Amino acid sequence: MTVTEENVAEENVTEQSVAQEAAYTDQLHALPRAKAVLRMSEVKAAEMIDQPLDGENDQTMLINMGPAHPSTHGVLRLMLEMDGETIRRSKPIVGYLHTGMEKQGEELTYLQGCTNTTRMDYAAPLFNELVFSMATEELIGIEVPERATWIRMLMCEMNRISSHLLFMATNGMDLGAVSMMIYGWREREQVLRFFQKVTGLRMNHNYIRPGGVAADLPDGWRDDVRFLLDMLPHRLDEYDILMTGQPIWRDRLQGVGVISQAEAIALSVTGPILRSTGVAWDLRRDMPYLAYDDVDFDVVVGSYGDAFDRYAIRLAEIRESMRIVGQILDKMPEGDYRVQDAKVTPPPRARIDESMEALIHHFKIFTEGFKVPEGEVYVSVESPRGELGCYIVSDGGPKPYRMHIRGPSFVNLQSMPHMLADAFLADGVAIISSVDPILGEVDR
Amino acid sequence: MLSRSASLTNGHFFNAVLAAGDPYLGDGSVDLGDVILAIAKAIIAFVVLLVAVMLMVWFERKVVSRLQNRIGPNVAGPFGILQTLADGIKLFFKEDIIPTRADRFVFQLAPYLALVPAFLTFTIIPIAGDFSDGQNGAVTIFGRETFVQVADLPVGILFFLAMSSLAVYGIMLAGWSSGSKYPLLGSVRASAQAISYEAALGLSLASVLLVAGSLSTNEIVQAQAGEGFGGIIPRWNLIVTGLIPFVVFVISGTAELNRPPFDFVEAEQELVGGFHTEYSSIRFSLFFLAEFMNTVTMSAIIVTLFLGGPAGPNFGFLPGWLWGFVWFFLKLLIFLFMFVWFRATLPRLRYDQLMDLGWKVLIPLSLAWLLLLAAIRQARNGVWEYGGSAFNSTLLALAIGTGLTVIGVGLLGLAIRSARDERLRAAGLVAVAGVSDSGLEGED
Repeated sequence: MTVTEENVAEENVTEQSVAQEAAYTDQLHALPRAKAVLRMSEVKAAEMIDQPLDGENDQTMLINMGPAHPSTHGVLRLMLEMDGETIRRSKPIVGYLHTGMEKQGEELTYLQGCTNTTRMDYAAPLFNELVFSMATEELIGIEVPERATWIRMLMCEMNRISSHLLFMATNGMDLGAVSMMIYGWREREQVLRFFQKVTGLRMNHNYIRPGGVAADLPDGWRDDVRFLLDMLPHRLDEYDILMTGQPIWRDRLQGVGVISQAEAIALSVTGPILRSTGVAWDLRRDMPYLAYDDVDFDVVVGSYGDAFDRYAIRLAEIRESMRIVGQILDKMPEGDYRVQDAKVTPPPRARIDESMEALIHHFKIFTEGFKVPEGEVYVSVESPRGELGCYIVSDGGPKPYRMHIRGPSFVNLQSMPHMLADAFLADGVAIISSVDPILGEVDR
Repeated sequence: MLSRSASLTNGHFFNAVLAAGDPYLGDGSVDLGDVILAIAKAIIAFVVLLVAVMLMVWFERKVVSRLQNRIGPNVAGPFGILQTLADGIKLFFKEDIIPTRADRFVFQLAPYLALVPAFLTFTIIPIAGDFSDGQNGAVTIFGRETFVQVADLPVGILFFLAMSSLAVYGIMLAGWSSGSKYPLLGSVRASAQAISYEAALGLSLASVLLVAGSLSTNEIVQAQAGEGFGGIIPRWNLIVTGLIPFVVFVISGTAELNRPPFDFVEAEQELVGGFHTEYSSIRFSLFFLAEFMNTVTMSAIIVTLFLGGPAGPNFGFLPGWLWGFVWFFLKLLIFLFMFVWFRATLPRLRYDQLMDLGWKVLIPLSLAWLLLLAAIRQARNGVWEYGGSAFNSTLLALAIGTGLTVIGVGLLGLAIRSARDERLRAAGLVAVAGVSDSGLEGED
């Protein structure tokens, strides 16, 4: 490279960086702790191991938390720069659970797509199915029957309860209240049993499909739901005694992992973390889908943006979800559980035995799949972790040309270094827990 | 030494051997019977302690399981009582791994450093004996009067303090020598925690020693075995010293044991395994053994110091010394259960909160209480003349003491408050909400 070329390249770089800096000034202003992100390559970190110790200047220690650490919720890895027990800078490293689900989505037909997306956020699988189905339906332009909509809403709210119960369990465990782990799982188990009865599976249901749901609710589902609605309030009161009112619990969570409104918005944080800062943003209310307009519920917001608010919000959201489920019990309409559109709905089993055309049709739908008009669509729902979006581009074929999921866990993860800055290692555990990432959704 | 070896020819072999270690015993009063008795006592105590530890591990797992809605070990032996044995045998046959970065010698030494003090502390505990009606708890074995404890040291309680300080070396060196980061953090925590809580432990002990007037465990028990208040309420130090030293001792004892809610040294969710992360096989099980041995020993110490040890009524039909054992065992069970209950209920404190509790609450509290007790004692003994009677001067001492305590607490609170404000100002965090109440608002 000649000297002039080098100069030109350098100039370009400076111009670029000046432009970039100008563009990001506002955002940096919103992120006072932007330096908390540890921007260090793996190679550099590995080199540092072999360097000799440098007494006075070497005050910090690089420590890897995960991917096999007990409290990083699966396989999240955090590279922490520690000053004694205090975390200075940090960097979340993802990819240890990468299974290429988005790419896989391009190889599966729309009817098969739900079996794929349901495995992303495995704590809230029904939401993944819902968002994929809604995106597909919008591309085709079909309306699902009213009963199917309400069944979807029932199942999703149940799923929100089970997901938040899982959070209660893991949050308790991360802070050393190991009994809470078992209590949370005990209640979640009851919800999963209901799922098993309805969908046949405890997780990865493939229950919500484009065009409706896989099967109607089983006989006696009302009793099962009522049983849950009767049981849960007492158990939640027990959680309040065990944790909410517990002085150690409050000391551990209050004022820990504080994030401001401006920071949260600049980092595209959604869900309970955003609401803990006082922003009342809930897609169920602000961009209603399904039949959320017809039910009455509160959007719970916090005021301090700390880990305790996030815990309390999730606990309150379980109660809100129960309120919604109670209303669904009263308002569940009669009707069909899936759209009767021969294009997307396979013919009933009985018809296959008597009609050649039905057999061929059935075969075609399950092998080749149905064709979806050209176009692109983005649909989002409020999953227990925040805005879960699905972006599908169709080229007119039976498989998506491109399928992308906006996973709330993934986006929320980037707020972590900002919360971790200058926290203790023990607080770090509380903060990871309060962000509640599901790594299946992060890595996709 | 030469003159002593001459005594060998006289046939007083054991006298010589003992005299080589302890000239005090070389006056011809110690014979073979005493030596056999001492050895037998040591072996029996060791076996009793090992069995107790085995049962304690089982007891803890079983009780925690029940509190957590589980069944717990139930396969090995009746009620799973042999589970500990099975685990021990399994660990014994596991591969023993020493990390390459470890300091081999210290790494191998550390487990024994942890185990030996745990056992030695038990030697000063009187575990049986008849203390009713002013008896001193002595039993007659081989025609010799002796106490049911391995040794009644004149400095018994100081020996306990010394051993519990020594035990931390095992943990500290284990963490340091592992050549790994998480164990290092664990060992740093261990040493800091031990230093802070040793002080509170010692100060609360001082109150007991003040009342009992002796360091010998046997005499402390004897002092508590006397006529109680109103003939019903026992004369336990728990009551005589006014509950506060007991509470301080139990809390700091829990911290000293590194048991939940103070188990930072091996905080699983933060430090993976803490100081024993890198340990495996029999070395790991030695740490495990030491930990549970310490729990049993600490409970026994609490019983001895505050609940009168084996002292209790003698209802006949059993030998007198066995009644002592029954009382001792029952009292011990209360504390073993308490430690298990702590573990099942309480979340873990944070490291700095533990330090705050130790230095700002427990140490000032136990120090003030000791001074108050001493003042009252002086007044009751009529050392100070006021108002003509000991009662009046006691009242005065109480009043002055209370006044001084209130002033002291106020000043301490002020100091803590201003120091915190100063720190927050220095860190520029005044605006951050340090304390948040459950500030949730519902918004439709």
